[in-house]
Amino acid sequence: MKTFIVIAAFNEEKKIGKVLDSLLAEKCGNIVVVDDGSADNTAKIAESKKVHVLKHSLNRGQGAALKTGIDYALQEGADIIVTYDADGQFLPEDIEKVVAPVKRKEADIVLGSRFLGKAVNMPFSKKIVLKLGVLVVLLLYRIKITDSQSGFRALSRKAAEKIKLTTDRMEHASEFFWEIMRNRLKYKEVPITVIYDDYSISKGQKWTKSIELGLKMLFRRFLM
Amino acid sequence: MITTIQIIVLVFVVFAASRVILRAKDKKISVTELFFWLAVWAGLTGVVFFPELTAPAAAFLGVGRGIDVIIYMSIGLLFYLIFRLYVKIEELQQDVTAVVRKEAIDRKKKK
Repeated sequence: MKTFIVIAAFNEEKKIGKVLDSLLAEKCGNIVVVDDGSADNTAKIAESKKVHVLKHSLNRGQGAALKTGIDYALQEGADIIVTYDADGQFLPEDIEKVVAPVKRKEADIVLGSRFLGKAVNMPFSKKIVLKLGVLVVLLLYRIKITDSQSGFRALSRKAAEKIKLTTDRMEHASEFFWEIMRNRLKYKEVPITVIYDDYSISKGQKWTKSIELGLKMLFRRFLM
Repeated sequence: MITTIQIIVLVFVVFAASRVILRAKDKKISVTELFFWLAVWAGLTGVVFFPELTAPAAAFLGVGRGIDVIIYMSIGLLFYLIFRLYVKIEELQQDVTAVVRKEAIDRKKKK
């Protein structure tokens, strides 16, 4: 089975090299980096590794970049697509864990959960926001999960073809749930480890953004 | 007897209408939009100078004063226009993303 790991990267020159090296060492599949209009050397560093690099000429947001990577992977004949973060918060050895249920055809989409697994050094405020997100997802989409904003996922080819991501910015994580509900996809959560350091915390979303996100989800659910 | 508010509104309407005409001259808005906006500003002038014009509408709708009808309708129209703008901007954003995506994938494939 052909596995593609899709990474959206925006101004990640400090981490992207290490992240790609760790993935290449794991030999878990083809790697697609979508440079989302970075102003730094992200694309150059990625191009020096044995990975596919696609470049957005304008910054369009993480959701948009992932979709570009997913479209490309599908065109290259991917059977399984993994979405992965560029900031070094995930462990490459967890890829096998998220991919396994798709390979066994137990699920169309597998979500990595830091709450089933381990969240190292997670700030308390982050925990509260994520838990609220879980509640919102349950109320809006009737989907019971433990981690609403995980960027670590595995999609079967079928799921990747069906899922339509239209929101460009950060809402894409919740849009996945909307798409799971709409397409009646089989989903599963598996434990993963997420490591927080100063870098990933500074790159993460502010909690005020999360409120905006919640409102947008409501709007989308009931008005669109 | 001309009141202060009538002067203020008149000055504003002249300004707003001049902008509309300039935009139309530059072909930034269509002829239909030109007439729509001119009608909006002309309507506002009419209502401010002849408030009694709104009385039949108020009586028909069961709202106390004519001016209230205008205010309710204006707020409704404003919300609708903002919604339309929101949708339009969202569509534009998605179009831009689609172009950027296609370009990124095509460029990769050419190599």
